[in-house]
Amino acid sequence: MSSIKLTVNGKAVSADVEDRTLLVHLLRDHLGLTGTHIGCDTSQCGACTVHIDGHAVKSCTVLVGQANGSKITTIEGLAKGDELHPMQAAFRDNHGLQCGYCTPGMIMSAVDMVHRHGGKLDEATVRAELEGNICRCTGYHNIVKSVLDAAGRMKVAQAAE
Amino acid sequence: MGIEGIGARAVRKEDKRFITGKGKYVDDVRVHGMTYAHFVRSPHAHAKVKSIDITEAMKKPGVVAVLTGKELVDDKIGNLICGWMIHSRDGTPMKMGAWPAMAPETVRFVGQAVAVVIGETRNQARDGADAVVVNYEELKAVPDIKAAIAAGAPQLHPEAPGNVVYNWSIGDEAAVKDTFAKAAHKVSFELTNNRLVPNAMEPRAALAEYDEAEEHYTLHTTSQNPHVARLVLSAFYGIAQEHKLRVIAPDVGGGFGSKIFIYPEEMVALWASKKVSRPVKWTSDRTEAFLTDAHGRDHVSKATMAFDANHKMIALRVDTHANFGAYMSLFSSSVPTYLYATLLSGQYNIPNIYAEVTGVYTNTTPVDAYRGAGRPEASYLLERLIETAARQFKIDPAELRRKNFITAFPHQTPVIMAYDTGDFNASLDAALKEIDYAGFPARKAKAKSEGKLRGLGFSCYIEACGIAPSKAVGSLGAGVGLWESAEVRVNPVGTIEILTGSHSHGQGHETTFAQVVADRLGISINQVQIVHGDTDKVQFGMGTYGSRSGAVGISAIVKAMEKMEAKAKKIAAHHLEASENDIVIENGEFKVTGTDKAMALANVALAAYTAHNLPDGMEPGLKESAFYDPSNFTFPAGAYVCEVDVDPGTGKTTFVNFVAVDDFGRLINPMIVEGQVHGGVAQGVGQALFEDTVYDRESGQLLTGSFMDYCMPKADHFPSFAMETNV
Repeated sequence: MSSIKLTVNGKAVSADVEDRTLLVHLLRDHLGLTGTHIGCDTSQCGACTVHIDGHAVKSCTVLVGQANGSKITTIEGLAKGDELHPMQAAFRDNHGLQCGYCTPGMIMSAVDMVHRHGGKLDEATVRAELEGNICRCTGYHNIVKSVLDAAGRMKVAQAAE
Repeated sequence: MGIEGIGARAVRKEDKRFITGKGKYVDDVRVHGMTYAHFVRSPHAHAKVKSIDITEAMKKPGVVAVLTGKELVDDKIGNLICGWMIHSRDGTPMKMGAWPAMAPETVRFVGQAVAVVIGETRNQARDGADAVVVNYEELKAVPDIKAAIAAGAPQLHPEAPGNVVYNWSIGDEAAVKDTFAKAAHKVSFELTNNRLVPNAMEPRAALAEYDEAEEHYTLHTTSQNPHVARLVLSAFYGIAQEHKLRVIAPDVGGGFGSKIFIYPEEMVALWASKKVSRPVKWTSDRTEAFLTDAHGRDHVSKATMAFDANHKMIALRVDTHANFGAYMSLFSSSVPTYLYATLLSGQYNIPNIYAEVTGVYTNTTPVDAYRGAGRPEASYLLERLIETAARQFKIDPAELRRKNFITAFPHQTPVIMAYDTGDFNASLDAALKEIDYAGFPARKAKAKSEGKLRGLGFSCYIEACGIAPSKAVGSLGAGVGLWESAEVRVNPVGTIEILTGSHSHGQGHETTFAQVVADRLGISINQVQIVHGDTDKVQFGMGTYGSRSGAVGISAIVKAMEKMEAKAKKIAAHHLEASENDIVIENGEFKVTGTDKAMALANVALAAYTAHNLPDGMEPGLKESAFYDPSNFTFPAGAYVCEVDVDPGTGKTTFVNFVAVDDFGRLINPMIVEGQVHGGVAQGVGQALFEDTVYDRESGQLLTGSFMDYCMPKADHFPSFAMETNV
């Protein structure tokens, strides 16, 4: 058993968990943050993507011990109260989701993508960098559109701040 | 927010919960005292189960119970059923082997469950399952059609000699034979339609609870049709009676057909919840999904088309072998027969068609309806055959299609279907224009000069949607009727709840269904709540598959709305002292036409529930329900054209252009329809270029059993799409 302390969506969290506990299971089973999904067992699908210290990471591939002391943001922590994150709003406005299962991971990956590229994203880059997120519903067309739309919105939001 | 009626690109009402991580999928549901199930699965494709030793497993920490197939049989839990009876050409019923939810004696595909371990935690259940020792006697496996039907092949089921489930036919064999004899040209080929793994992103899951005091079960399950699940679980498996079983399919993360069927795992979870007197949750991992979700396609066909001297089609013969896997899944029998062979006329006027379909057992995962179910198989065969013919005749493949298009409607094909309407030339014209077909030879020559092979392919498809007229499918062997039901509840304050038997698992029903209601009443879609996916809330339903939710599900809502509106008009007329025939509904008001007298919907509703002043003899309340049974299928059709470059050095295929023209009729929400088409195109491209399900020919092991081995289409496999609809 390990005693773990971390910050999840701005709140200090501590838990005693089996050493083999994966971060995704801590989030889902212990903290009730079920927005982070599990879609595969080989780290391919990206449905479990969260931010660890600001970087997009597949939480099914991280032991809780490895995340000890870090700051985690999940899909539940992305919006500021009732105000959606621009990426969330862009997915809704561009019909970037259908069944919604891959969506939290897509959004978390995409936010990180925009941050890394400083808002300068083109379609080819978005498509290439979504390699680690699988969607079976949308054919990706509207997901790519959403990410590009959000990249513009995030740039504007940054400029305004 | 304004009124977002029919035709509006309304953003989806359901999206807020999905983009904020508040969706509620089965695995998200937690209940007090919950245990976890982990299945012990066969590592062999074909073997006798000699013994199962659970001694060590029972000693593992946190193991609550280990249950085996024998106990399932002892408790008289029924075998899995196939709900569509197909008769062979000789009149005999299809030959089905028994499929127990956990195998007590013989396993017939890799991944088949033999036992289940119930543990206090997910990991403890898994540890327990690892400690179960199963002694198998391996048998020779037949993992493909050819091996299964070879003389002397190992037999899967004693009930099905030669591993043949049925040998079925449709059409006039003699007429086709006679026409072939006088044909000017004949074009033949053999075609494989490869097997696909559905891979909805949400793996299947079940959470079963048993209430001992009430003798009542509740099952949360990843289902496209919770009412059908309840019916099958109660009527055939003997676990619970229908009125003692509530099935809830909450948010479901994609289905594509694979979540229509009743699988062993939810049966076992339900049964086990009573055995251990604790709630039991099972959630599939991706490996289990590859091994146990019903696969799709897997046909091998021979086909011959006969033409007259003017290249007019005169007869078609198709012989198809369909791989059913090791067991007959719920609707598997109907897929290569009534969902496939009935579409073999495509968009073409083919006076004579005969098709023979042989269903075959193999030591592989069961195969059932998947994304189109039989109809893509028919389109692929026909379109490839026409392309082959055009090359053989050295004529333009577009012209050959045009020459044979059906142009007069209604049109009765020789294989049951009666097309109501269509304009196949218009769709093809639009597609050719959009792709600049006339410029293709020049583009091809230019690509050649750059060392690339440029190609252009067509698919002029037709699909039978809106499944299905109950009487028709009943006469063809279906065990159920395929109507839909709906209930309209106008609350006393004027808000509306629509209870529908359709189930949304990505299709956006909460928005489109609300748009239809909002359009009729002139109110906001936010005043309308769509309720679905719970047998305790919605009384009846047949669920969502076969492109039926719009055509059948919405029609049921419209029928219920008409009844509700008729009553509301009577109430409004009574209060406004007018004739009910003069009442019109506009902007959420019941108006006396030609006057300024009006009564708001909320006031009509309130009047209906206060019942202080209703017309004589009228019952209080404003709630109506309806069943809708379609009179025919609907027949959307279209023309897709794809232009690609192939690098002859590497074989890499690159999209140059893809044009999709669809004739869908009136769109309720064009944004959602386009999204559905995008997904469909990705699936088609996926099958053509990336996806394949490969079994080892000797051992029957699934070689493409993970996302590392099975090539799922990714974002960078595709260009941006341009979509057009030909309304």
